[in-house]
Amino acid sequence: MAAFILRRFLMLIATLFVASLIVFAVLEIVPGDPARLMLGLNASEDAIEALRNEMGLNQPIIPRYVSWVGGLLIGDFGTSYTYRVAVSELVTERIVVSLPLAILALALSTSIALPVALLAARHRGTSADTAIMTATQVGVAIPNFWFALLLVYLFAVTLQWVPAVGFPGWGDDPAGSLTALILPAIALALPQAAILSRVTRSALLEALSQDYIRTARAKGVAEGDVLWKHALRNALIPVLTILGLQFAFLLAGTIIIENVFTLPGLGRLIFQAITQRDLIVVQSVVMLLVVTVISINFLVDIAYAWADPRLRGQR
Amino acid sequence: MRGLTLGYGVSDRMVTVVSKTRSPKTAWSWFIHAMRNRSFAVGITVTALVVLMALVSIVWTPYDITKLTIPDRLQGPSLTHLFGTDHFGRDLFSMVMEGSRNSMSVALIAVGVGLFIGVPLGCLAAAKRGWLDDVLMRGADVIFAFPALLSAIMITAIFGPGAINAIIAIGIFNIPVFARVTRGAALAIWQREFILAARAAGKSASRITVEHILPNIANLLVVQATIQFSLGILAEAGLSYVGLGAQPPSTSWGRMLAEAQTMMGIAPQMALAPGIAIIATVLGLNLLGDGLRDITDPQTENLAAHG
Amino acid sequence: MNIKKTLAISASTIALAIVATSTSALAERTDLSVGMVLEPEHLDPTAGAAAAIDEVVYANVFEGLTRINEDGSVAPALAESWEISDDGKVYTFKLRSGAKFHDGTDLDAGDVVFSLDRARSGDSTNAQKALFAAIESVEAVDPTTVTVTLSEAAGSFLYNMGWGDAVIVAPESADTNKEKPIGTGPFKFDRWSRGVSVDLVKSDDYWGDAPALEKVSFRFIADPAAATAALQAGDVQAFPNFPAPEAIAAFEADPRFAVEIGSTEGETILSTNNAKPPFDNVLVRRAIAHAIDRQAIIDGAMFGLGTPIGTHFAPHNAAYVDLTGQSAFDPEKARGLLAEAGFADGFSATIKLPPPSYARRGGEIVAAQLREVGIDLEIIPVEWAQWLEQVFRNKDYDLTIVSHTEPNDIGIYARDDYYFQYDNVVLEAVIEKLDRTADPDDRTALFAEAQQIVADDAVNGFLFQLAKSGVWDAKLEGLWENSPVQANDMTKVRWTE
Repeated sequence: MAAFILRRFLMLIATLFVASLIVFAVLEIVPGDPARLMLGLNASEDAIEALRNEMGLNQPIIPRYVSWVGGLLIGDFGTSYTYRVAVSELVTERIVVSLPLAILALALSTSIALPVALLAARHRGTSADTAIMTATQVGVAIPNFWFALLLVYLFAVTLQWVPAVGFPGWGDDPAGSLTALILPAIALALPQAAILSRVTRSALLEALSQDYIRTARAKGVAEGDVLWKHALRNALIPVLTILGLQFAFLLAGTIIIENVFTLPGLGRLIFQAITQRDLIVVQSVVMLLVVTVISINFLVDIAYAWADPRLRGQR
Repeated sequence: MRGLTLGYGVSDRMVTVVSKTRSPKTAWSWFIHAMRNRSFAVGITVTALVVLMALVSIVWTPYDITKLTIPDRLQGPSLTHLFGTDHFGRDLFSMVMEGSRNSMSVALIAVGVGLFIGVPLGCLAAAKRGWLDDVLMRGADVIFAFPALLSAIMITAIFGPGAINAIIAIGIFNIPVFARVTRGAALAIWQREFILAARAAGKSASRITVEHILPNIANLLVVQATIQFSLGILAEAGLSYVGLGAQPPSTSWGRMLAEAQTMMGIAPQMALAPGIAIIATVLGLNLLGDGLRDITDPQTENLAAHG
Repeated sequence: MNIKKTLAISASTIALAIVATSTSALAERTDLSVGMVLEPEHLDPTAGAAAAIDEVVYANVFEGLTRINEDGSVAPALAESWEISDDGKVYTFKLRSGAKFHDGTDLDAGDVVFSLDRARSGDSTNAQKALFAAIESVEAVDPTTVTVTLSEAAGSFLYNMGWGDAVIVAPESADTNKEKPIGTGPFKFDRWSRGVSVDLVKSDDYWGDAPALEKVSFRFIADPAAATAALQAGDVQAFPNFPAPEAIAAFEADPRFAVEIGSTEGETILSTNNAKPPFDNVLVRRAIAHAIDRQAIIDGAMFGLGTPIGTHFAPHNAAYVDLTGQSAFDPEKARGLLAEAGFADGFSATIKLPPPSYARRGGEIVAAQLREVGIDLEIIPVEWAQWLEQVFRNKDYDLTIVSHTEPNDIGIYARDDYYFQYDNVVLEAVIEKLDRTADPDDRTALFAEAQQIVADDAVNGFLFQLAKSGVWDAKLEGLWENSPVQANDMTKVRWTE
């Protein structure tokens, strides 16, 4: 097991290295000079050149890469070109929005998907199952930002139950902040719930077709208990895998939803940074997300191997 | 079941089961058989309608959407304008038709990119194994580690918005999907006895791949392509929604949604028409994919029948 | 804020909400959230061109010697009075006594000397150094008296000193104003949640009349749909430069809101690369002018908000000359002119469009209109960064649409190397004369002459004057209807009832 973990870990390091090269290289070729953008229309060439020097943009490419990666390793993400504050500070400010949103959305999608999947599996083949599966098909097909627009129009603008946009901040107004995350979380969670319930249902059905379930049934265990106690436990691994990946996606993929609701989260930070050519922010945040995804994959792999020793020999 | 997919993050739809070879039948009798599957029947019908709409739009739309008639703007649905008009007085039905062509061709070409690069890579990995396999699959891991929609936004923001760059941005993330599916399925086929026989007969790896592996995994690839196609439509909608996809005077469903969002209060038809078009198309393609999987894979059919 | 909603939604905040309700029931409301489209990158108006900086701090946090009023007139600010020498070269300003910076230090003549010298120095990062070009020297006579000597009489000097770029800062805080602005205004900086808002609170030792508001929060909402929703949901109570003209009609019909359509200094033009064939041909440029249906653009892109212009000048300005008739919509004439120029079959070109909706939507309409006369435009949307780099700096463009929001900026047509690449010695002479003229009537005549020249040469396609559509809660009063300068002056704003 230790050897397996070590091998996986080395792979993780290699993957991160390649990813960092890609991120750095792609952003090297972005057109647009951040120094010029910062100084505006009437800035003199001298002032722009001075600012370029100050920002380290005139250094050769390799030292710049090394100092960027070196900084990342010790938690120094550099200084934002536009805001002139530490990137780590910006990220901290934003992650307290994105992380709770992702957790809320994940909790919501799980608490919808699991009962729905159990219900469908329990009544498999009936019209209830068909209805649920049809609904999840539709759920998967709905673009989440379109759904978000409808939610805003209905609940914020027409009914005025929740604020339409913005985020008051946890320190000022914890309840208001939570309220502000409700609609975005729903918009994110429903399509995810549709996917998750489909996965869970088929995992349950697969588990139900195993021999030991037949044995349990033959012994007279009630159908509900069969589902809850036996099938669900065995279906957990694929479900957890999907959950892990969904979490990474929710953390990173909320970019459009955050724009719809004007939430000051990570996705919006990157979006703004891209349009403002604040490359250091883009590089660092994308890298941070990549690290998150790779780490989650790593943990999932370890968990798999722990659960099923046969996998340890595989690459 | 693992698979990061563009726009929608995670899908339950990465195919993992290896299909069985089908006894040869004529295409028509296969189709008649397939139509008994409800998912397939609904899926193929909806998809065919959308494709038809896209094809017709090449030669004809009720109105020319490159002509703006500002005085006719923001009309509700009527007999002259089936879905109403937008803020430039363009006919929304014509725009949905025109949009179907752009949305579908972006998604379709992006699938093509994934197929034509991913499948050979997957075959190569399965045939050669060893370090090449390792490098290719680790490469796929690296791509999967990037948040897909975010990266697509980055790519289009850097290289400029437009349909071509949208295709590239979506296509890149299709490559590892097809590479992995192909490799997984091909590996299983390589273990089969008839392959061993072919090897014993002295056939080269590339010949075996072309003659035996590909025909046996074709079903699987078709199913996966259907799924990636539907995800591509959603991804294109997302990119166009943030203004990075199709550019005027052309349009796409995502672009229509972007234009509609500030007009929700005064012209809801502008958001509803393209939104429903997207949902119907994606739903149709997903049903088609499910149906195909059921038909070509007795195991899942079995599951569905017996629970 | 949002007391009703909080009550309706969350039981856990009932206690809080009751406290809030009881206090707000006793006194009139004194807080305000103001929506803005763009977030400033920093908050020092003397070191950046972005309008968003002035929209937060001008007149609220920072003040200059003079200030510009809502009607565009110049009024005393930190200088309570001034005298001008007979030759128009020496200005003696008498400073306000009792004016204090927010860090508690007194304003004195030394601060004024420091601010003006800093702005016009060689290594200054002031975005509008031209405002200070006429200054020869600045001297402190005594703690409340400053004399400014100009190299030659400049008619617009007092107006120039009212710009946000000319506000008075203290030497101790000048370097940190970007992050923590310290000025002399009625509001002081409280905090900045990046990506969300900048909060200001009332300053207790302001020299003038105390503002009615205790707290002003400027919230940044770039997305037009989100801006609409934020106003309707009451998340912001005022949006002085509301970005979604399509929603204006709905707000006008809603008694909860007041809608004020004013005008801005923004001439929205189809900027043309005058050095690049075929646009170097005046016949082609005139053809484009006649191919454009301004009203269709105003209706289609701005939902009717905007005033057609026929030259680069604001219609609300007294010196404006209406030249729209000279380039009236006439596709036949446009085709004729194109044929005369040798383009009977038309030609292809590109149009680069920056992000604002006036440009993106307006560009779509312009492209459709030019297609009617045979000019096929490829639309290239660009971000501001790319626009600055490609269009403004490298002049790598055919056509673009942008709103020139600086007041009285027809002088840009005389600038060498400006991105229009327009070169006309006659106009340059007129502008030079204008710079040296102080007499109002003479200036009006010269402005008219300049307007006529740029219209005759059809330097750019002149589309419309950008409207300022302000939407706010009907119970608010004192917000500006027009924008003679980029500002959200909160000093007179109050809640009624």
